[in-house]
Amino acid sequence: MLTNVLSLVIWVPILFGLLVLATGSDAHARLARWIAVVGALAGFLLSLPLFTGFAELHGGMQFEEMHPWIEALNINYHLGVDGISMLFVVLNSFTTLLVVITGWEVIQKRTAQYMAAFLIMSGLINGAFAALDAILFYVFFEGMLIPMYLIIGVWGGPRRVYASIKFFLYTLLGSLLMLVAFIYLYNKAGNTFEISAFQDLKIAFDVQIMLFIAFFLSFAVKVPMWPVHTWLPDAHVEAPTGGSMVLAAITLKIGAYGFLRFALPIAPDASRYLSGFMVTLSLIAVVYIGLVALVQTDMKKLVAYSSISHMGFVTLGIFMFAGNTQNVYAVEGALIQMVSHGFVSAAMFMSIGVMYDRMHSRNIGDYGGVANKMPMFAAFMMLFAMANAGLPATSGFVGEFMVILGAVQVNFWYAALAATTLIFGAAYTLWMFKRVIFGEVANDHVAELKDINKREFLVLALLALTVLGMGLYPQAFIDKMHPAVNDLIAHVAQSKL
Amino acid sequence: MDMKTLLLLIALAPLAGSIVAGLFGWAIGRRAAHVVTIAGVAVSAILSLKVLSGFVFGHAPVFNEPVYTWLTVNGNTYSVGFQIDALSALMMAVVTSVSLMVHIYTIGYMQEDPGYQRFFSYISLFTFSMLMLVMSNNFIQLFFGWEAVGLVSYLLIGFWFKRPTAIFANLKAFLVNRVGDFGFLLGIGLILAYFGGSLEYRDVFAMAPQLAAKTIELIPGHAWSLMSVTCVLLFVGAMGKSAQFPLHVWLPDSMEGPTPISALIHAATMVTAGIFMVARMSPLFELSDTALNFIMIIGSITALFMGFLGVVQNDIKRVVAYSTLSQLGYMTVALGASAYSVAVFHVMTHAFFKALLFLAAGSVIMGMHHDQDMRNMGGLRKYMPITWLTSLVGSLALIGTPFFAGFYSKDSIIEAVNQSQLPAAGFASFALTASVFVTALYSFRMYFMVFHGKERWKLNVHEHEADAHDEDEHHHGLGPNDNPHESPWVVTLPLVLLAIPSVVIGYLAVGPLVYGDFFNGAVVIDAIKHPALLHLGEEFHGATAMALESLRSLPLWLAAAGVLAAWIGYMKAPQLPDAIRRRINGVYVLLVNKYYLDELYFAVFAKGSRWLGNAFWKIGDMLLIDGLLVNGSAAMVASISRLTRRLQTGFIYSYAATMILGVLALMTYWFAPLILR
Repeated sequence: MLTNVLSLVIWVPILFGLLVLATGSDAHARLARWIAVVGALAGFLLSLPLFTGFAELHGGMQFEEMHPWIEALNINYHLGVDGISMLFVVLNSFTTLLVVITGWEVIQKRTAQYMAAFLIMSGLINGAFAALDAILFYVFFEGMLIPMYLIIGVWGGPRRVYASIKFFLYTLLGSLLMLVAFIYLYNKAGNTFEISAFQDLKIAFDVQIMLFIAFFLSFAVKVPMWPVHTWLPDAHVEAPTGGSMVLAAITLKIGAYGFLRFALPIAPDASRYLSGFMVTLSLIAVVYIGLVALVQTDMKKLVAYSSISHMGFVTLGIFMFAGNTQNVYAVEGALIQMVSHGFVSAAMFMSIGVMYDRMHSRNIGDYGGVANKMPMFAAFMMLFAMANAGLPATSGFVGEFMVILGAVQVNFWYAALAATTLIFGAAYTLWMFKRVIFGEVANDHVAELKDINKREFLVLALLALTVLGMGLYPQAFIDKMHPAVNDLIAHVAQSKL
Repeated sequence: MDMKTLLLLIALAPLAGSIVAGLFGWAIGRRAAHVVTIAGVAVSAILSLKVLSGFVFGHAPVFNEPVYTWLTVNGNTYSVGFQIDALSALMMAVVTSVSLMVHIYTIGYMQEDPGYQRFFSYISLFTFSMLMLVMSNNFIQLFFGWEAVGLVSYLLIGFWFKRPTAIFANLKAFLVNRVGDFGFLLGIGLILAYFGGSLEYRDVFAMAPQLAAKTIELIPGHAWSLMSVTCVLLFVGAMGKSAQFPLHVWLPDSMEGPTPISALIHAATMVTAGIFMVARMSPLFELSDTALNFIMIIGSITALFMGFLGVVQNDIKRVVAYSTLSQLGYMTVALGASAYSVAVFHVMTHAFFKALLFLAAGSVIMGMHHDQDMRNMGGLRKYMPITWLTSLVGSLALIGTPFFAGFYSKDSIIEAVNQSQLPAAGFASFALTASVFVTALYSFRMYFMVFHGKERWKLNVHEHEADAHDEDEHHHGLGPNDNPHESPWVVTLPLVLLAIPSVVIGYLAVGPLVYGDFFNGAVVIDAIKHPALLHLGEEFHGATAMALESLRSLPLWLAAAGVLAAWIGYMKAPQLPDAIRRRINGVYVLLVNKYYLDELYFAVFAKGSRWLGNAFWKIGDMLLIDGLLVNGSAAMVASISRLTRRLQTGFIYSYAATMILGVLALMTYWFAPLILR
């Protein structure tokens, strides 16, 4: 059994990324692609023991590694995963593999750098999920912004500069306050940056509120929660397909993960006190953003808004749980929704990317009747559209269903507002599907479309299998997260005043 | 073979057929695709009949077991599982046998269609989904089946995805159903929250009596009965799926789909899922008179007012569609009168005769070369004898002719309502009785227009609006010199096989099903509060006596009057309907426009949400958040730096002057206190 799996899933992709970079110019693009796919596959295979070897019976951190890093400040290279973060390490490694395959012949410019950015980002994201030292977390958390910034800024669409700077500033601004919070906690905890030590501190109520606000500003932007969401549609629209896939599947999850790892356990009383406020923001995200998604004319923007609305379920679940820790449905629903959204949103962006590669348009009005020319693709996209609309037997259903059922226990009207997603989610997804996929062949460009190739088939089929698998047997995921959720309940239920 | 394997086989055989035909249809070809799907459904049908026979001829034990654990939350286990009792066994038999007929029929109906394999894949997938729905022993699987049949319905309404009307109709159907599901899901949520955490029927029903008096305050200060709120919400789901007013608007448009699925999904099985669900939940609904009254009123409105619409339709499928709506209203009213067994009985008889009528309509449409406008038909009995006779059987069953299947179920419903003591029963009784006349009128209007009278396709060249439906390669219509032909045997065989139960099933089944103990244990009735069925049972003296007694009852004579009116209006004096139409033009316009509900919904909900979405997007996101906060703060930083930039002039003397001023200021700050002291 490997003892340093976590280090491997962080550094192997990064090393491969550097190796890919070393191939240099596009003259060696073919080599760069192959090294990248080997690196991504290695990263994914290395992450699998985390899932299969995860001990479901007891809580706490597993696969821990601990080395001193900056001894003067008592900063440690401390890694470990619980049933929550483990899922995202695996999900991230999986997504990276898909993204590398997706970019295969689509990216013809600076191929090596493109592939390298994703591999390095993958390692950094794994690091953020696995870090148990606050500074280590912060370094990974900030570090992963850079590759994404480059991906949008270099391989993005026409407004990529505006989008990438908006993305960078928006997300950086929030996280500075988090660093301040870490330094405060460092002093308070007796010169340690151990997250677990932070979680055990007794903290006065007004200080908890301040800490919560600091965490809120950095994580709410990432999720993103209404009203700090406007960077996401711009970022998605300009990002290349792979960038959108990682952004939606993984980057957003770090925000929600941050709430679970930092805000709730460190400031449980503040979380409880502010849960009504957070639930309100989440419900606004579900309803308001759902309606905004309905009127989008750009497919990527539509799916971006749909992402925000779906992430509303995540924060809704988390903060209904913070308000009442008996509400296990809510928090496990939120976690399932996080994983599921990783699959579904990646699949949606992939589908749009498949069409964009052929038509060079994201505008719904430029399409129509795609099913006539791309029947196999249409079948895949139907499945993903249905998953996006939360149909049972797809992964999209499980999380939303659990969160809505959990909401009834808190307040019937929360549930009623959240359940509007049944209508709006179906409306914006299927209306788009109707205009793009169904109908007569709309124009000459559509008439020239060719159905998906083997590479695209592979990616879409893998995503389809996971979407269906998770919908039919979510228990496999729930089993892994149970102990971590129990730990969280024990922790958050206690007042720390 | 043990019971569990058998049940799994029943459910999974159609799924297997569907997967093979769907994923590998391109490789195995058309013939293999229909062979494999029909084989799957046939296995399922035969085994279902075997299961049913266990309940009919003897007292088979109720099967209630989980298959696999789907989810465990908070110590509660949610499984996929089967509960097979008389109710689910009956539904399984109806679903699979009608589905088998439709599968066979499809070979003929879809033979020229390029999407042949896809179609077979869909209808087999539908059969699987519907079986999961009726066989479920818990609410989650029920919801799964519920949504899955909705999905397949969506796929099949939009089967001809090039037609703008079809893809409008399927989106509409899905969204209207989602409105119903919205209520349904909240109802399930209340059950989870208050009934002890389990979502298995068995546990929920066991808890229900203790919660009969419990109230909840959804609006502070207003204590509502938990049971009533839950039941009404669950019923909202049924209103969507079973197309009850005001969520009925999707069903007529669903006729854009190919005719076989109109028969299978939008008449015989899926639309009765709501009826089945309420019957299944009888232990809950029995505890809420409020919900029962609500159900009865909704059902009555649907039965009567949708029937009226059938009278003014000229598209043959739409007449049958409105007839289906009206009949679903009947079933719903029966549920409201606590006559669950009668409702399910009508589900069964209706499944046979309505599937028959739809398939016969499809056969007519084939004969007419895909022209659906009845104004171009007439005299078809000469050319399509089997279709004609089976249609006649179906129509007679529908209007409730004594000894036919529909008579027993419909008459029982009317009687049950008359015996019901709920406040809504008066209105329901009136509505259902009046509907008998309307049903006979539209049924025989259709019958006479299609099969009797002049051969109108020879008279007019196509100029009617119905032609607009068929713009694709299917549409030819019949030329003035062509004659229709009887359909091939794969089409007529299912018609004959469905005609047989349409005649006899009522006579055979009314005794045991409605008045016997067949449903004991499967449905629960509080006989003290809702004694309607009990009274009915006391008056029942066999199926023959029931038919003979009806000769003295009002409904029979109303039905006869309806047939007579249709005969006068469409055979004897064809100018009469036009004359009436001119006299009551306002009413006619209202009916032709379906009470303007489509327009209303479109204006309020479709346009309203888009308006709101635009307002949120343009004002909220773009103007306030991005314009004011994000770009606004960026602009502020920019303007401040514009100011400070002016200090950076690049001239040494101005920097020097600034420095001297600065030093002076600092010195003043430091030394002033010392000097002043």
